[in-house]
Amino acid sequence: MNQTLFLIPLFPLIGFLLNGLFLGRLNKKLISLIACGSVGLSFIVGLKMFFQLISLPENTRAIEEILFTWIPSGEFVVSFGYLFDPLSAIMVLVVSGVGFLIHVYSVGYMHDDPGYGRYFTYLNLFIFAMLTLVLANNYLLMFVGWEGVGLCSYLLIGFWFEKKSASDAGKKAFIVNRIGDFGFILGLFIIFWNVRSLDYNEVFVRAPEVFALGGGLITAATLLLFLGATGKSAQIPLYVWLPDAMEGPTPVSALIHAATMVTAGVYMIARSNVLFMLAPSTMTVVAIVGIATALLAATIALAQNDIKRVLAYSTISQLGYMFTACGVAAFAAGIFHLMTHAFFKALLFLGSGSVIHALAGQQDMRYMGGLKRHMKTTYVTFFIATLAIAGIPGLSGFFSKDEILWKAFSSNQGSIWIWLVALFTALMTAFYMFRLVFLTFYGQERMDHHTKEHLHESPKMMTVPLSILAVLSIIGGYVGIPHILGGGNQFEKFLEPVMKGVHHGGEEHALASSGHSAGTELTLMFGSVALILVSIYLSYYLYVKNVALVGRLRNSVSGIHKIIYGKFFIDELYNAIIIRPLVGGSLFLWKIVDVVLIDGVLNGLAILIGDVSLGARKMQSGQLRRYATVFLAGVVIIIGYFALR
Amino acid sequence: MVPMPHYLILSALLFAIGAAGVILSRNLLIMFMSIEVMLNAANLAIITFSRFLNVMDGHVFVFLVMAIAAAEAAVGLAMIITIFRNRGTIDADKFNLMKW
Repeated sequence: MNQTLFLIPLFPLIGFLLNGLFLGRLNKKLISLIACGSVGLSFIVGLKMFFQLISLPENTRAIEEILFTWIPSGEFVVSFGYLFDPLSAIMVLVVSGVGFLIHVYSVGYMHDDPGYGRYFTYLNLFIFAMLTLVLANNYLLMFVGWEGVGLCSYLLIGFWFEKKSASDAGKKAFIVNRIGDFGFILGLFIIFWNVRSLDYNEVFVRAPEVFALGGGLITAATLLLFLGATGKSAQIPLYVWLPDAMEGPTPVSALIHAATMVTAGVYMIARSNVLFMLAPSTMTVVAIVGIATALLAATIALAQNDIKRVLAYSTISQLGYMFTACGVAAFAAGIFHLMTHAFFKALLFLGSGSVIHALAGQQDMRYMGGLKRHMKTTYVTFFIATLAIAGIPGLSGFFSKDEILWKAFSSNQGSIWIWLVALFTALMTAFYMFRLVFLTFYGQERMDHHTKEHLHESPKMMTVPLSILAVLSIIGGYVGIPHILGGGNQFEKFLEPVMKGVHHGGEEHALASSGHSAGTELTLMFGSVALILVSIYLSYYLYVKNVALVGRLRNSVSGIHKIIYGKFFIDELYNAIIIRPLVGGSLFLWKIVDVVLIDGVLNGLAILIGDVSLGARKMQSGQLRRYATVFLAGVVIIIGYFALR
Repeated sequence: MVPMPHYLILSALLFAIGAAGVILSRNLLIMFMSIEVMLNAANLAIITFSRFLNVMDGHVFVFLVMAIAAAEAAVGLAMIITIFRNRGTIDADKFNLMKW
């Protein structure tokens, strides 16, 4: 087979090298051409491979290319290879496709930034790392990509490193991710120790033989992998870095902290579905953590005023949805939501970037409003994305979110409680997203006079990607129309070969649908849509029709509002129970253990020896006769000792 | 014949006198001569054993010691004269530069 797979990550790598090595020597046009072109080429190769993939028969849909043996060390052999199966195909297309659009958008957005070349260098490196992550054919290579995206995330969050808050946010993201990575690599150790391989093919085939179902080892391994996922995908307890990550440039937030990198955890769990299905208790943990994160983040998003912060919490919340889906063994639904979310969340972020651009850096929604008249394209595309994330029928978000809700309700691992919380979260999502739209685009113009005069629609470079993403946000869902609405759920079927852990086939389907009738599914679907519409109207009523009421409401529950606005003081809590003791402990180790104890012992020893020598050297008086006396006395003593013994 | 302990006691006394001379005198020349006395005390002890045990090895040692003592006397006296020329004294206590 001719090898073309390696070209996909190679192009961005070349772009990174070109832009990085000739940093500061290329003009802006060439930089953007290299950066966008390389990602675009990756996308084209990805598309070509995708069509090659679907031309294969369903059961053999996987193209594997092993380039060389990377680490041959006794029993530990890792090859450097790429695997292109339905799951990685979707990820590659999403990453390179959305990535390409965001690259193009960035050309407009970052146009006046002095760090233009550096920005695109990092961005290309990120795409390279992300593609390595999703294309790897073994866990170790995936880990390389995993670390690579973490590094790029750090570099790009702290892109404006002159700003203290930005460099702090970068460090925070890096350190929090490190905690997750620690779990991830420990999980890999357990897998390798038992399976003696890290290749996907071998691990997934041999895992059911090696690990007992629900055994302690596999539970520990999957929990550790999940810890890695919570770090990268911003779930409880490691989600705290993502809201701060909004310090980076807005396209970065769109690309890395909404559309692609943060979904790495979901991808990893979907990829490891065989392992996770072997550990039911881990699945329960995943589902509960996912739904708890979704709820918590949605609650916080209700009260934030920073436009990007609302979107950040919304991202965390939506990621929680994906984990919930994985937790109830609906991996395909999770990946489906990952894809649609990538479209509409990238669009939302880019739209907010466009708004911030127009308002000269203003991110506080209290100083926006009425932008509908000034920014037509941004408004329309943003509105479409909001409809999509709220789950309005006909748009992509509806299909994926409904799929998750239904699976949470009907799957063997799911329960009515998870469904209820998920539904409640969906209502909150609709509410806060429309609050965002109403505060930004409707009502009075609350910005100051100077900014108002400079209001403008963003350049074509920015609005065209917005429009493309808007189209994708609408049609993206039609690949996975559920059976109940007359679709074939092509998406799930496409992913089936990868989801070896989930038992497929007719009897399972029959079982699932026998427990819950089609009527139930339709009722739930329409019920949730109706509730979402009510929630949107509520938002409309509060933020457009009767604005004064909001203030009164806020004052009447000011205590609760303060807690939510303060993000439940989770950061403060972490600060008090983890960071403060750590700093205190480090100070103790430094000031007491190191300076007093270790240095004290060493320096004390040196001083002691010095003092003794100071006394002892007095013996060297230079007096010839004294030497002779001592010498004689010594001889007498030695001879005396031997004579009288 | 005079018994062996007499020779050895004489030798020990000579050695003690020499040692006392080295330690108590400050005059380099006296110290030097005391060292010669100590050498000859040792010679006496060696020759005594050699004579009473009927082995000739001791004689060889004694001649060797005497030859070396002669050489040493030449070098030592030369050094003392040089020191006197440089410092104008041969008081051993005055030469204490080699100290801490």
